[in-house]
This record gives sequence, structure tokens and C-alpha cells, in this order.
Amino acid sequence: MAEALALLNGDDSGDVAALAGGQSLMPMLNLRLATPDALVDLNGIEGLAGLEDEGEHIRIGALTRHVDIETSKIAAKHLPLFVRAVGEIAHAAIRHRGTLGGSLALADPAAEFPACCVACGAVIVTQSLTGERRIAAEDFFHGIFHTELEHGELITAVEIPKHGGRAEHWGFDEIARRKGDYATAGLVVFGTGKRALDDPRIVLFGVGEKPLRVNAAEAVIAGCRLPVSDEVIAEAQEAMGGLELIEDLHSSTATKAHLAKVLLGRVLKTLS
Amino acid sequence: MEKHIPVTMTVNGERISRDVAVRQNLVDFLRYELGLTGSHVGCEHGVCGACTLKVDGSTVRGCLMLAAQADGAEIWTIEGLSQNGELEHLHEAFERHMALQCGFCTPGMLLTANELIERGKAKNREEVREYLSGNYCRCTGYQAIVDAVMDAAKAAGKR
Repeated sequence: MAEALALLNGDDSGDVAALAGGQSLMPMLNLRLATPDALVDLNGIEGLAGLEDEGEHIRIGALTRHVDIETSKIAAKHLPLFVRAVGEIAHAAIRHRGTLGGSLALADPAAEFPACCVACGAVIVTQSLTGERRIAAEDFFHGIFHTELEHGELITAVEIPKHGGRAEHWGFDEIARRKGDYATAGLVVFGTGKRALDDPRIVLFGVGEKPLRVNAAEAVIAGCRLPVSDEVIAEAQEAMGGLELIEDLHSSTATKAHLAKVLLGRVLKTLS
Repeated sequence: MEKHIPVTMTVNGERISRDVAVRQNLVDFLRYELGLTGSHVGCEHGVCGACTLKVDGSTVRGCLMLAAQADGAEIWTIEGLSQNGELEHLHEAFERHMALQCGFCTPGMLLTANELIERGKAKNREEVREYLSGNYCRCTGYQAIVDAVMDAAKAAGKR
């Protein structure tokens, strides 16, 4: 780790990139969209992979492969939202190499894990030459491929609140043209409470520059009884306006706005 | 910075030591340096599946891994898995169902299908289609491939 940080912070480190899973960086290199002079391969660093139960939360090392989250018994029991989301990431061969840390550090607006982290209040732990930082997920993502990470700072782990019990409620859905494609639109709902949805978070992905929380819709469903009634769902869908959406190759902002409403309806219906 | 890095890996059961160009990806290394041209290069950004290899027991896109990263790794290509008989059921089924035409996608398709069957994920056509959806075929229209994989899974007792 010390060696990696030294290399990433050296005098000529301006054109040095960190290589983890490589499933996003390598395509960029192959397509000449990124042309670093050197890569620092993080894969040999010990202690950066794995899932650990730390009581209130699960700590997932940054170098943990997507497939290891997919097949983890700890994740199955305590992080069902992430297990649900990981299956949407590309295909098996990609999931065998891609990492959680890489996904968060890249901050692709269409990625699943950033939105999941914002929805459940995860904490992203980083390391730099000046020490460790603990950054709330909701403060981490600033824009397209733009995060709170400083030059030469690495994510080391993510602390995710356990949510496999009766007092946590989560929902996830995504619309993509084909299985494994980047999301055209996706939505995560997360809340706590026994029979009501307290302190809910509604987070969209694939429709804006970063994961978007929909505060107005959250206010509508806050404290509502479960299962969510049709009236409340309709009211929440009405509150999905005023979002900073961006269009892409396949969809206009109007389409994104429509899909966001559709997804909210679908996901709220799954909560019980 | 070095332009070449010494690596040692096991390829199709054989220990290989080479100085690899740091910028060369794994599938290009296997093709150009070791003459293992059975793995193909299609899109070079991970979506077509033609370069699919088996690295340390799991399928991997050979175009998204650097040869330098394979130090200490165990790699199996279509050549090795064909020779050691691991793909026998699939070979027979692909031939019987005419699941290839030009054959460009076939090595990657076979490696992915083999993993799918081994991991018990070939229970129905939907599952097979989903798992294979990262391997593109421009010739067959996929039906024959799905037929072949379902048959091979049955023959392997995994369905």
C-alpha cells in the first residue's frame, strides 16, 4: 500500500493511473480514451479484499471482486440489496475481475453500486499520504467520473450498514436494453422501521450525472405504512419532477423522467 | 519505467516464463507470443466475449487483463481445454446441433458454456441465454447454441 501511494503521489505521477479490476480502465486504454504513461497494479496488495462482519455494518475491502459479493454468505444474509444489484453488472467474466472499489472510484453515472451506497448510507474509507478519510457515500459522488477522491488517494474499504433484517426495507430495479447493459434508468429505495417506512431514501441512477436522491418523493413516503398504498405511490410519482437529468445516446431527459416514475412505482410495490 | 516485466504463468498445464511487454494484453500475449490463436479478438473492450479465457478457475476477458497481471496465474485456453477433454460434451453437442458457422465466437462461447454448466446454471433455456448473453454470435442466431448447451448440460448430468 505504501509503495502504491508513493507511486501515485510522486513527482511524475500526473500520468499514472491505478489499476484494480481493469474492467473499465482497460477498455479506456484499448479505445485510446485514456493514455496514462504508467499503471500501478493494486491487485497484489494484501488485506484489501474480503467481507467482514463488524457488528452494525459489513466492511468490504475495495479490491473485493463483484463475484465474491455475489456468492458471499455474509452478503446474502446482511447485504441483500448489493447481492440483488451485483447481478446486473455486465456478465460473469467481467464480475470475476471487477471490484467494488473500482466501481465507486470510477463513478459511472449508470453504475449500480454508487446508488446502492448512497441509498443505505454507506461510508467509503480511503487512504492517502496524509492518512485515512471516512467519507459518507452521499458526499462522495460529485459528477460524471468525478468523486471526492483527491489525486493519489485510494479507496481501501466500504462500510455498509446491515440491512437483511425485519427492520430494514429495500427495493431495487433497473431498466436496460439488454441484460448486463449499462442502466438506462435504475432506482433504489431504502428505509428502516418495522411496519412503516421511516427515513426513506430514493436514489436514481443512470439518469443524471451522479446518483440522484429524490427528496420530494422521499417526503411523500416518509413514515407511510407498509405495504405502500396505491395512493401514496401515485403521490410519490408526482413528486419526481425537478430532477437534474441528462440525456444519453439512447434516451432523452423526458424518457429518463418517465422511466424514473415507472421504476418508483414498481419498486415501492415490492416493499412489504 | 520498465518496458518489459518478467512473468511466470501456467498455460494449459505448462509453466511459461517470459519477459512480457507491459502494455500487451493477455489475449494478444497468448496469440502472438505463444501461438495460441484459438482465442479471438473482437471488440477489445470486453463486450463481445470472443477473447474469453479461463484464468485461475474463472472466465475472464483476455482483452481486459494485461499479460503482466498474469504472473502466478493458471490459464486455460480453448486449445488446452480441448486437448484435456474438458469440453468433450460441448464439442459433441455443438457439432450435432450445428452451433457454429464461421467459428469466430466459438472458443469464447465454449469456455463460457463450460463454466455455466459446471456451476449448475444451465437449468433452463432462460438461464443459458442469460449466461451466454455476453458472448456475441453473428452467424447462428443463437438457437442452435442454446440447444447444444442444454444437451451438453444434460449429458454432464447437470440439468
